[in-house]
Amino acid sequence: MPTPAPFPPLPVEPPSGCPFDPPEGLARLRLEEPLSKVALDDGSWAWLATRYADVRAILGDQRFSSDTSTPGYPVSGMTGGSPRPDAARGFIRMDPPEHTRLRRMVTRDFMVKRVEALRPTLQRLTDELCDEMERVDRSEHPVDLVQALALPLPSLAISLLLGVPYEDHDTFQRLTGTLLSRETGEEDRGPARAELLAYIDGLVRAKVAEPGDDIISRLATEQHARGELTHEDLVAFAVLLLVAGHETTANMIGLSALSLMLDPETAGRLREDPSLVRGAVEELLRFHSIIRNGPRRAALEDVEVGGRLIRKGEGVIVAVPSANRDEDVFPDAGRLDITRPNAQHHVAFGYGIHQCLGQALARAELQIVITTLLRRFPTMRPAVPVEEIPFRTDMVIYGCHALPVTW
Amino acid sequence: MNITVDEAKCCGAGQCVLVAPDVFDQRDEDGIVVLLDATPEAGLHAAVRDAATICPAAAIQVHE
Repeated sequence: MPTPAPFPPLPVEPPSGCPFDPPEGLARLRLEEPLSKVALDDGSWAWLATRYADVRAILGDQRFSSDTSTPGYPVSGMTGGSPRPDAARGFIRMDPPEHTRLRRMVTRDFMVKRVEALRPTLQRLTDELCDEMERVDRSEHPVDLVQALALPLPSLAISLLLGVPYEDHDTFQRLTGTLLSRETGEEDRGPARAELLAYIDGLVRAKVAEPGDDIISRLATEQHARGELTHEDLVAFAVLLLVAGHETTANMIGLSALSLMLDPETAGRLREDPSLVRGAVEELLRFHSIIRNGPRRAALEDVEVGGRLIRKGEGVIVAVPSANRDEDVFPDAGRLDITRPNAQHHVAFGYGIHQCLGQALARAELQIVITTLLRRFPTMRPAVPVEEIPFRTDMVIYGCHALPVTW
Repeated sequence: MNITVDEAKCCGAGQCVLVAPDVFDQRDEDGIVVLLDATPEAGLHAAVRDAATICPAAAIQVHE
């Protein structure tokens, strides 16, 4: 192994005492050295961008590659991804024109009006999960909001869209949890990846044989049948959409609910005027910024960003939580302000051509869950002190492992 | 104000539709941006500028 680079490691832990703040040290870097070098755990290093303007400049510039096999791509450590151009990397790890071609095959499934049409279904699923929560006898155990609502809702929604039998959700939740954990070693990651691929492979084959009314079936009977999409690409599609649809929204729901429980004044305003929920969700996305160690890129040529020269073949890590707390763009950025006029300028869904495909769905789920929880459980509160809530400092996607609540 | 959109750049994120639904829509077949009104009335200008700012693919050009 090469000698570790003489740079500080990538910040991952939130500052003590404030679980909602970005990892310690990012605010200082943003002020003092907005493009700094960080050491990765294989001894290599990458640029770390912490300022909003630089983050947007990098993510919006196609001279920075998302392909993990590009020389210099920071593959080491959490979210680095596989350096191999393997079958399961999905279009999130591709550059144009291949990225454009594949992403456009599923863009329509997540467009605003499709998601708007799904709202009644999302509301029904949310209501049913809330009904179940009400039936739990809380005298002995508090309800874990993560297991009761935050995880099942996005799982049900993406399973429905993709045509994944919800009975199988334990399998893919276990596997995605393993794959997205910082604690998972390569010896466990490989088998988990293989098992998830095998599961999806079987599902795709079943859809080819007997198509239903869902995204995988459509891709199988149209794009795959026409030869525009290989079987491997179709499997990668399904894996990407399933994984991306799971942990992200689930953790935003958990953190949003917790931050509102801890801020009764804001929760009260929102309860009295549910029309504020759209802006509130944008602000919650900005405030929480759950993507902790990415996205990542590799420079395809020399590019100047924020007065620094990033050379061809150098890796870049973009600190989304830091960009979203940049005081130059979001004054008093550490405060949750649900009427912040430019909250939607956040980069919580990324920026550039890879910006989250499922953002309309995530927004709708968050808006519905928050409104419903505030209405149905106005006295909901954490059942344990905040210090005892297990925050996901060990995961690529930040949030709570569990959120015990009562009311 | 005169707006142009670059369909080739559009990645279908749909934020323009959320911010200025009277001016932008998405095509049913592929979710790519559709310009409903290239010269919107003054009351919509702020929303259109916002849509252009947050468009992740810089596919919306506003000429004032």
